[in-house]
Amino acid sequence: MPTIVVDVMPKPELLDPQGKAVAGALTRTGHSLVTGVRQGKRFEITVDGPIDEAVRAEIRTIAEEILSNSVIEDVVAIDFGDAVGDDDANAGA
Amino acid sequence: MRVGVITFPGSLDDRDAQRAVRLAGAEPVALWHGSHDLEGVDALILPGGFSYGDYLRCGAIASLSPIMTEVVDAANRGMPVLGICNGFQMLTEAHLLEGGLIRNDHGAFICRDQVLRIENDSTDWTGEFEAGEQITIPLKNGEGGFIADDETLDRLEGEGRVVFRYVDVNPNGSLRDIAGITNARGNVVGLMPHPEHAVEPGFGPDTAVAMRSGVDGLRFFTSVIQRTLASV
Repeated sequence: MPTIVVDVMPKPELLDPQGKAVAGALTRTGHSLVTGVRQGKRFEITVDGPIDEAVRAEIRTIAEEILSNSVIEDVVAIDFGDAVGDDDANAGA
Repeated sequence: MRVGVITFPGSLDDRDAQRAVRLAGAEPVALWHGSHDLEGVDALILPGGFSYGDYLRCGAIASLSPIMTEVVDAANRGMPVLGICNGFQMLTEAHLLEGGLIRNDHGAFICRDQVLRIENDSTDWTGEFEAGEQITIPLKNGEGGFIADDETLDRLEGEGRVVFRYVDVNPNGSLRDIAGITNARGNVVGLMPHPEHAVEPGFGPDTAVAMRSGVDGLRFFTSVIQRTLASV
């Protein structure tokens, strides 16, 4: 069954308190090489049948309108499980 | 006057909102997220809580509930809608209000009696206040940082749509100290603090007069009653 992976990240210009808290813990545990952490979300989506252009279009819509909130987040990548990837998401980021 | 309070899976303050409506002199109507029926109410409250455990994003899954179709239609027709805390998050996710709410900048959940300044006293929910007046109501959230891009913030300020601003302390990193906003029409209002927890002597914030005697939140609910009665 094909798996599509959608990556969502908080907008770069916004504070990411979760990433900041993780970075703080890394510093406290001696991992001084780490200078920053940002935390996002990864969605693994399964669909029936081949991933044709209609499926791609629907997944892009789902990613932009439901899996992310464009006010606070960007869809940074959509991996349809082939080598092509998806440049639309990157263009919209 | 009947005011609907919608319960979502994970709503916490729906009963408090119903009680506030009753104390203000209207009839509260319990509505369910899975229904498409607003039962003929005159105004709507989306209460606080942690709908769907804040999964995906706060308020995001609730904003896709069946009843939200009717909420959006009613709001666009001019029905007064108040979103409190998680309800405010739902209103932004449903695109009835601009901006978004992100995790508090200090990373911690916060619960305190919060001073607010009333910036707009002409919305359906703030008519009983005076612009510039300061009120104290409880605030309790983990993801209450209001954010929007500069263009949106400038527009909200320019159109007088910032309704409440934090005073003394910015408790969560909200841009421009914004605690609550309204839509262009002034019928949809969202804020992070909780007016429904400051409606009854003995259970509200402390005041100079007596402990727990603060009832500043009650006027949110009397405001919408006055506005509705004036319009019929």
